[in-house]
Formats: sequence, C-alpha cells, structure tokens
Amino acid sequence: MMNYDKHYEVVIVGGGPAGLAAAYSACRNGARKVLIIERDREVGGILNQCVHNGFGLHYFKEELTGPEYAGRFADMVKGTRADIMVDTMVLEITPEKIVKCASQQYGYQAIKADAIVLCMGCRERTRGAIEIPGDRSSGILTAGTAQRYVNIEGYMPGKKVVILGSGDIGLIMARRMTLEGAKVLAVVELCPYSNGLNRNIVQCLNDYNIPLYLSHTITNIIGKTRVEKVVISEVDGFTPIPGTEIEFECDTVLLSVGLIPENEISIRAGVDIDGRTRGAYVYENMQTSVEGIFASGNVVHVHDLVDFVTGESIRAGAAAAEYALGKRVGGRVINVVTKPGVNYTVPQKIRPDNIEKNVEIFFRTNKVRGNSVIRVKSDGNEIAKFKREHMAPGEMEKISIPKVLLDRCGDSLEISVEDAES
Amino acid sequence: MKELICIVCPKGCHLKVDEENGYSVTGNACPRGAEYGKKELTAPTRVITSTVKVRGAIYSRCPVKTAAPIPKGLIFAAMELLNDVELQAPVRVGDIVIEDICGTGIPFVAARDL
Repeated sequence: MMNYDKHYEVVIVGGGPAGLAAAYSACRNGARKVLIIERDREVGGILNQCVHNGFGLHYFKEELTGPEYAGRFADMVKGTRADIMVDTMVLEITPEKIVKCASQQYGYQAIKADAIVLCMGCRERTRGAIEIPGDRSSGILTAGTAQRYVNIEGYMPGKKVVILGSGDIGLIMARRMTLEGAKVLAVVELCPYSNGLNRNIVQCLNDYNIPLYLSHTITNIIGKTRVEKVVISEVDGFTPIPGTEIEFECDTVLLSVGLIPENEISIRAGVDIDGRTRGAYVYENMQTSVEGIFASGNVVHVHDLVDFVTGESIRAGAAAAEYALGKRVGGRVINVVTKPGVNYTVPQKIRPDNIEKNVEIFFRTNKVRGNSVIRVKSDGNEIAKFKREHMAPGEMEKISIPKVLLDRCGDSLEISVEDAES
Repeated sequence: MKELICIVCPKGCHLKVDEENGYSVTGNACPRGAEYGKKELTAPTRVITSTVKVRGAIYSRCPVKTAAPIPKGLIFAAMELLNDVELQAPVRVGDIVIEDICGTGIPFVAARDL
C-alpha cells in the first residue's frame, strides 16, 4: 500500500483552458473534492499570452481575447469548491492514481486520486525537431516563446523577422511583431497550403502585406553570433529545388512548425498513446486506456479553437466525476477506423451503452479539398454520409452519429473522405 | 463580384460580394457574414489588441484591446497611443486605458485583471 499525503476525488493535471473546464465540470457533476495542479504561477495556461481576440465565439457567444477567456473560466472555477495548487510540478502519476508532485512551498507531496484528468496541453516543435541546417546563431526561437517575450515579459526578440511555418501561432506572431514595429519579411510554408485558419491569413498576413511563400522552406541560416541571413528554397514535396534560393537579411527566425501533445507523464502512468495524434487513445467520454484516467484538450489532439478544448474538457470532467462517484461504463466497444482521406479520429473507441443521443467524432482530413463527402461505414455498409463544401487539414472536422445507428453497426466504424462527384 | 474569406469567426466562410448590386453577399453561413462582406468592401474595421506597461503587478505588461472594431487605416496610429501608457496595479478587466482612439470615440480597455 502506497502512502499519500492528501486525497481528492478528481485531480486535474494542468490549469490551462482544458484543466479549468474539466475542474468546473467535475464540480458541477457532483465531485466535492477537486484539485487542479498547475506548474505556472497562475492558471489560464497559454491563453494568458494569446492577447489577440477570436476566442469564445462558440462557448461564450462573443469574441474575447485569450486573457479574457482564461479570466472567465478562472472566475467560474473560483465559484466552485475546487482547490488550485500553482507553482507545482507533477513528477509522476502511478497506475494506482497516486499523483506525485513538488513545489517550493510544500516540497514533495503524494496525492491520491479516485479519478485523474490529464490536461497538460502541448509544446512546440523546435529547430532541433525539424533539423534546419545552418549556423547555430542566436535569434532563432519558437513563435510561442517569442509571444511570451512580447506579450508577458515585454521584450522584443528582433527587428527583421522570417517566420517558418504558417500555423496559427506563426500567423498571429507575424501580425504581432509587425504591430510592435518589426518588419516581417516572409512567412515560409513547406506545404502547398497554409495550416492556419483562413481568417488568420486574411487578418494577419494580407492586412499587413506580409508575403506567404507556400511550398518553400528554410535551407540555410547564416550568422556567426546573431542571425544575419536566411536562405529559403522552393520544395518539390519535401526536397529543396536547387536554383530557387531566395535570401533574406534578418536578425530573427520564428518557428511555427507544429505542436506535440505533452504525454511523458501519461506514458509512465501506463496510458496507451495513438501514434497519429501523439495523444492518448480515448473512449467517447475521454477516458484513456487506464480506467479512471481521463484526458482532454491539446494533450489528446491539437485543437484549432479553445472553444472545442472547453467542450471536450467539460465532457472529460463530468466523466471523471461520475467515475469518482462510482459509475462504471461497460458493454460493447466499437473501434473507429481511419480510412483514406482521414488522418486520425477522436475518440478512437466508442461504447454505445454510454451514449445518450449521439456521439461527436472529431477528425482531420489529409489535404485541402473542395466539395467532399465524408462516409461512415460499418462492415462495409454505409450508415451515414456528410457533405462539405470545403475541407482542409488545418480545420478540424466534426460529425455527429446518432445512437440508433451505433446500436445497429458492427464492431468497427470506418470513416473516409472523398471528393464529391460534381 | 469580389471573393472574400469571412473573418468574423474561425469558420472562415468563402464569401462572394456583388459590388454592383448593393454589396449583396452569398456563401455566408450567418447574418454576420453578410454584414462583414459589405463592410469589408466599404469601410473595413478591425479589433486591435496589444499590451501596455504596468507597474506593481506579477507581470510587466497588461493586455489591452479596442472596445470595438476601429477603421483599418487607424491601426498604426492607435498602436502609437499605447507607447506612453503606464498602468498601476491593480487593474480590472474592462478598465479604460485610453478614452478615445483618434476621435473614433472607441476606447482601449484592459483585457485582464492584474
């Protein structure tokens, strides 16, 4: 028997938007002892540095900045009985659901949980992760790090900037650096399309005449101490084409080249990870492969919108509270199978007995598409189809399958996307 | 006929605006898209967010935003106004930071408690 210092019904690891919504929902669904463990000095997570607006249109029905969205949820959680421990790092979670953590104030603590929600979010890929050739000069940083410097610490990382990657953070930082007086010379994207939201191409790049180089990548960084020059080349697939080089004199390179769910703690707790999402395999109620351990938000799959993180976390928090209060879910399991055109799905497993009316399945398609058809089959028979006028890997898709259809289908649910016949 | 991508919400509808027929909009999924399409071609506006200096708080910057969209042409003039602002904690979300941005009557407001 393991010793522990405290006991909670639901322990939530991470106090960003996922953790706040999970805690709020766990309290609303009957849990009386709920704890959020946050490693930063306040809750809110990355929202606190996302000073731009556009958050909350789905959940609050108005357009908020990141700090406003975080502030509203922090206030909602303060109105519940949930405890919050800040400045505290979770070191390990055991399969027996002992959460080991450390803080300056309380030192080492072991906390016993009846249910756990993993809400650690994700982290940015770095230069090392994508192996950009060239000098190891200073002035090369991830877009999120630059965002923290500018918006929270009050430092400008540079004056002449090249941004690699056209994900939303890269686009947002192109505008932010421009507004603060820097010159953004180029946003460079390996793919033939942007991975960011269309609205961000319009309001972050087009509004400020920042050029977007699609099908290009950085092939050299030059600079003895500080970045002096960046060379980009057009690519054929992933291969740079000789002779297409363009040089930019600049002092800063920002990287917006993808996010990786942060699951080291999950893996040690025995949670199975899906290689496609790099997050946990989850059931319809966001439970992972370990009973009583749930996960939600960007630690499961990287979302485009915080509103969807909130929605997912409300379901995870509710399920964690129900588990802590003794509810057990069983019955038949349907595996969701990705077929051509679909990169991954969340959830990956559905238990029809645990569905009240319908189940929402989130996924991403593999390329930019015009008129398309999403087909849902079971044992080769089509049970549902959905039409879309426009699809892109940068835009998460959602379909809703009614329980009556699940009850009729076999043990697998195959989802594919194809171009519509015109 | 002008093609636009709606920026009102993250959905990003592909709009078609007919300049010759009273800026009638098609391709919008909601009424706000029609309003945006017309406005974007006649008098485009944006909400501007930034930060200002703050003393006595856990951080040295406080996020701010325009309380309503301001004309696109005033973006850099509005940014200029923020350079001289220095707040003193405590700050409450919604506190007015600058009362009137360039004669628009629209204020800059604080976007968090600090």
